[in-house]
Amino acid sequence: MDMQFFGLLMYAISLATMFGIYGVLCLGLNLQWGFAGLFNAGIAGFFAVGAYTTAILTSPESPNYLGGFGWPPLLALPIAMLLSGLIAWPVGRICLGLKGDYLAMATIGISEIIRLILKNEDWLANGTMGISTVPRPFESLGQPRGNIAFLAFVLLVMIILYVAAERAWMSPWGRAMRAIRDNELAAAAIGKDVVRFRLEAFVIGSMVMGLGGALSAMYFKFIGSSATEPLLTTFLVWVMLIIGGSGNNRGAMLGAGLVWLIWSGTELLTNRLPAEWITRSSYLRALLIGVLLIIVLQRFANGVLPEKPPRRIDS
Amino acid sequence: MEALAEFVNLYFLPGVAVGCIYALGAVGISLIFAILRFAHFAHGDVMTLGAYLAYSLVASLGWSVYLALPVAVLGGALASVAIDRVVYQPFRRSPGIIVVIASFGVMLVLRSLIQLFWGVDVLNYETGIRKPIPLIGDFRLAQKHIIIILVSLAIAAALHWFLSRSRMGKAMRAMSDDADLARISGIDTEKVVRWTWLIGGGLAAAAGVFAGINSKLHPSVGWDLLLPLFAAAILGGIGKPYGAIVGGLAIGIAQEVATYPWISDLPLVPPAYKNAVAFFVMVCMLIWRPTGIFKGRVL
Repeated sequence: MDMQFFGLLMYAISLATMFGIYGVLCLGLNLQWGFAGLFNAGIAGFFAVGAYTTAILTSPESPNYLGGFGWPPLLALPIAMLLSGLIAWPVGRICLGLKGDYLAMATIGISEIIRLILKNEDWLANGTMGISTVPRPFESLGQPRGNIAFLAFVLLVMIILYVAAERAWMSPWGRAMRAIRDNELAAAAIGKDVVRFRLEAFVIGSMVMGLGGALSAMYFKFIGSSATEPLLTTFLVWVMLIIGGSGNNRGAMLGAGLVWLIWSGTELLTNRLPAEWITRSSYLRALLIGVLLIIVLQRFANGVLPEKPPRRIDS
Repeated sequence: MEALAEFVNLYFLPGVAVGCIYALGAVGISLIFAILRFAHFAHGDVMTLGAYLAYSLVASLGWSVYLALPVAVLGGALASVAIDRVVYQPFRRSPGIIVVIASFGVMLVLRSLIQLFWGVDVLNYETGIRKPIPLIGDFRLAQKHIIIILVSLAIAAALHWFLSRSRMGKAMRAMSDDADLARISGIDTEKVVRWTWLIGGGLAAAAGVFAGINSKLHPSVGWDLLLPLFAAAILGGIGKPYGAIVGGLAIGIAQEVATYPWISDLPLVPPAYKNAVAFFVMVCMLIWRPTGIFKGRVL
């Protein structure tokens, strides 16, 4: 195969795979923010739980950290989700009484505590060195077939989540969730269990974030404290959801695609800069994303694909 | 006596110095939260900006960092007002959460600008080690800690004068107590908002410079302090500038003192988990007493 074509193909595959992973994270955040209005600024924590769980379960045995138990990768995904959910449950029980900014501060605090533990407990996950032997599914198929197969798998996961989230949006569950988001008192007055619904959205959303973390650990074949930085997880996912349109599952995925395209597409441009600037190109990208976020918020606060109420049944 | 001196020299006084840094940052967070009704997530990066402005003067003009401090304070104050004009002003009537997310954007912009202009290497205001100054007996005080504590005291005194004596300070406290009541009693709210940014941004820049003096200078120096600042602001009660000072000192001292070997020979809290103490205090306060110790507001 032509080398240049091969390079482009691999680049396109990596772009699409990252789109899928961020799409999963955005759909998870949309469950919390779009559906239930929960301001979770602790995405990084649940992402980390999923990613580290996968790494510990699937990597080969090592004296440097807990396990590696060498599980087949696909078996680790449900456990990663389960563990994220198990951690999200008490967090939600304690914190979901808080509104808006206060919930954001509490969740970011808890997420940073989770990250501190994973970073400092060397026996658990090899500390700052991280785990770099995470197997990726379909690897044995070689390049590029294995990469394409993994990409297809990630996109399949995202599409399944999308279909499920769309069903949930139309369902009585989704309607109750939006009712609680828009007017808590009125929803409580017609007998909706506000606390339980909120907790459900928080736990399910966090499980999806854990799944995103698990897929990311598999894709990079590595997890360490640098990979769970809030900038690349929490904040980038928020930017994606807001730009794409919160409360709209398609908007969530579109935001993931658009922002990731800008984030890594600008890499092609910045590579043409003089050498001393290339090392700084990632900051240029962060700058661009920040400016874009502010402009979108000022001009189109509802995102590219704003939330639409579901069709009325009687008309 | 020796054990007490060790405790004071190595745990308590550094805690007070860190507490001063937190206090300076938390006053701005608390005032902005009360007056503009949003948690300013970019506050840490305003601190970083101030620290790097001072560094530029130190590195290019050979100034002492303490001489550069007032210029950095002015820079941080003006930059905050400019950011408010360009970014936050159009959101005055939007739901608070939109503004918080806009502050995520400001955070990204400020940090990437700092990384672009000053690079990502760890920098120092001055090289070499200074000997701590002996006080009485075994008690010693590091020079940087004395200066941080004294200058912070002076700033706190000036802040107290401003808030209690000047018209603008009174208007600011009125608006932070009840914005609607302040508006109908004829206070020019936009002017108060400008002054809030001037004060909050200036104090943040001072805190950033002190953070750089206290340890080292790097692009996430402010971000690393952001959650302890929130913790301090909430501990003191939102909208209570004096509460934020007490909260900052309490969190700073608690963090350092928690690493003292209280029970066994090992630190009670491993130093790597220092920040977790602040996060833990913050989460506990949010859950059990969100009004803080000084009965601030819950927005």
